[in-house]
Amino acid sequence: MPRHVGRVALISLLSIVAIGAGCKKAPVAVAPPPPPPPAAAPPPARPTVTLQAAPATVQSGQSVTLTWTSSNATTLNLAPGPGNVAPQGSSSVTPAASVTYTITATGPGGTADASARVTVTPPPPPPPAAPQPTLDELFSRNVKDAYFDYDKADIRPDAREALSQTAQFLRSYPQVRVTVEGHCDERGSTEYNLALGDRRAQATKDFLVSLGVTADRMDTISYGKERPTCMDHNEACWQQNRRGHLVRK
Amino acid sequence: MDNIMKMRRAGWWRGSLLALLTALAFAAPARLVAQDWFRTGTGLGVAKARVAVADFAPRTPASQTFAALFSDLVRNDLDFSGILDVVSKSFYPLQVPSAPAELTNGMPWTDPPAASQFLAFGNLTADGNDLSIQAWFQDVRNLAAPPIVGRVYHGAVSEPDVRKFAHQFADEIIARLSGGVSGIASTKLTFVSGRSGNKEIWVMDYDGANQRELTSLRSISLTPRWSPDSSRIAFTCYPTSGAVLSPQVCMYSLLTEKLVTWPRFRGTNSSPSWSPDGNKIMFMSSMYGNPELFTADADGGHVQRLTHSVGASTSPSWNPKTGQQVAFVSDRGGLPQLYTMDAQGGDATKLPLPDMGYVVDPAWSPNGQLLAFSWRRPSGNYDLYLMEMATHQLVELTRDSGRNERPSWAPDGRHIVFESTRGGTRQIWSMLADGTNARQLTTEGQNESPNWSLTAVQ
Repeated sequence: MPRHVGRVALISLLSIVAIGAGCKKAPVAVAPPPPPPPAAAPPPARPTVTLQAAPATVQSGQSVTLTWTSSNATTLNLAPGPGNVAPQGSSSVTPAASVTYTITATGPGGTADASARVTVTPPPPPPPAAPQPTLDELFSRNVKDAYFDYDKADIRPDAREALSQTAQFLRSYPQVRVTVEGHCDERGSTEYNLALGDRRAQATKDFLVSLGVTADRMDTISYGKERPTCMDHNEACWQQNRRGHLVRK
Repeated sequence: MDNIMKMRRAGWWRGSLLALLTALAFAAPARLVAQDWFRTGTGLGVAKARVAVADFAPRTPASQTFAALFSDLVRNDLDFSGILDVVSKSFYPLQVPSAPAELTNGMPWTDPPAASQFLAFGNLTADGNDLSIQAWFQDVRNLAAPPIVGRVYHGAVSEPDVRKFAHQFADEIIARLSGGVSGIASTKLTFVSGRSGNKEIWVMDYDGANQRELTSLRSISLTPRWSPDSSRIAFTCYPTSGAVLSPQVCMYSLLTEKLVTWPRFRGTNSSPSWSPDGNKIMFMSSMYGNPELFTADADGGHVQRLTHSVGASTSPSWNPKTGQQVAFVSDRGGLPQLYTMDAQGGDATKLPLPDMGYVVDPAWSPNGQLLAFSWRRPSGNYDLYLMEMATHQLVELTRDSGRNERPSWAPDGRHIVFESTRGGTRQIWSMLADGTNARQLTTEGQNESPNWSLTAVQ
């Protein structure tokens, strides 16, 4: 039916009713129509809440920052941990194990919650403890030989340094005992070299004693030219052989 | 140095030295029985007696090798004696006697080209395992006289026995011709060899034959020296067990073929040297801190300190003639030098050598008149020298032939054994005491530190 017809009909109807009412009836007091019921207040908005954890994966002992926002909420509770919190904010937590944090927002409109999972990975295994050097290794690292000039048993400057280092080690490890060997290069008589080697061993030991190493920790032995460390016939090798050499007993 | 250079240029010195040595040998009293004592004439000049050694006749086919060996050994022994000229076989007549009955005419031997004065001849029989050698030594200018030497040797058909008898025969010839000073063909040399992997004490015949190892200590064994009676060898050894492992004086017995106990001392103990009577040992010891000279009884008892000096004192050598003095090495003045001292200790006198620097290895000659030693030259070579103790005159024995060290005298006072690197490796060499006729005795491995026995050794 065309709308305007409808309307006209309605108005007509209403008019009829009105006239009708005004016609052949006895006049009746007509109550005013009841007021429409008051419009219901719009229902309160439901709360919303978000929660984020950064970073989401940490190693045990590391901290995580939880950040949340909310709306339409009057009370927020973040668990486990911080408890009641402001509508928005952040907090630092250090979870011991993997955990899911949940924030619950409560407001007139109801509750809402959000959660964030933090994964805690076990810490890497501690590196294996560096093996402690043995006393023999310390000995070979710190005990130096003394080298001598040709036909001499004098302690020369480089030998003083070497023996100072040696003495320092020996003083630090009083349980270490040594044999001080005296050696010569290949030149010269066997017999005189036995004597020269003896004097080199003795000079080396005496110098160590003067630096505080007690004499009874040290034996001496001469090898003359009988135990060379190299066999070439040149000064480089001969110098290597002219030495006071310490061996751990 | 000028003295030495002058003497070298005057080549007569060498011959004179040998004359000196031989003349000094004559100075020893001898039985003056005409038949068994003959002058060689070397005291009168440089001419040596000329001796021919015929090939000894093999009496059986099986005797041929040993007869040839016997003849060669006698020839070599006489040639090395230093007092004879051995006539070359190429000058011999074709007919060679094997017994005195066959030697009817001396002229083929006395006439040129042989021109010899003496003839050694004889025969050898190897019969089964029985060896029999008849040997004669005759003055071919005087066939009417009985032979100077006439011997029969009996033994086993073996090389050791053939060697033994050849050496005995040669020694007797030398004794007869040099006024009682025995030949050295039956003496032995002790030395150090590393050829078995460790330095051990070895022994060999004076000509390098029969080298054999005495010790098996598998350690370091050094500086061997014969006792005067050749029953023991004292040496330096490194013990391998026990509380004291520093070098010690060690003692080997040739009778038991074992080590004999000798006391151990602290420090370095080395270079044992026998007194001429065999009762004492002088050695170096640092038992009180510094290397000094000590004496002890031959069994190691009654140790006494002889030197009290800065520096090291070592390498003692007794005067074998008197037993009263020792020569030794000391670096109390800086470099090692030679000193002499009374054998009881006391003040030491530096030997008046021209400024020679590093001087070691003194060895006193049997007649007490000469000291052999080794001098390290500025060039790096070591050379052997003799000093006449009475005049302090020096004679150079080696030059430009590697390192020459550790001289040791033969009991005849005419030969020296030493170690030399002249051939490239360290070996034992022997030579006449004037530096001539050097012969290499060892070839295998490295060999050093020789010492000559004072008696024949079986």
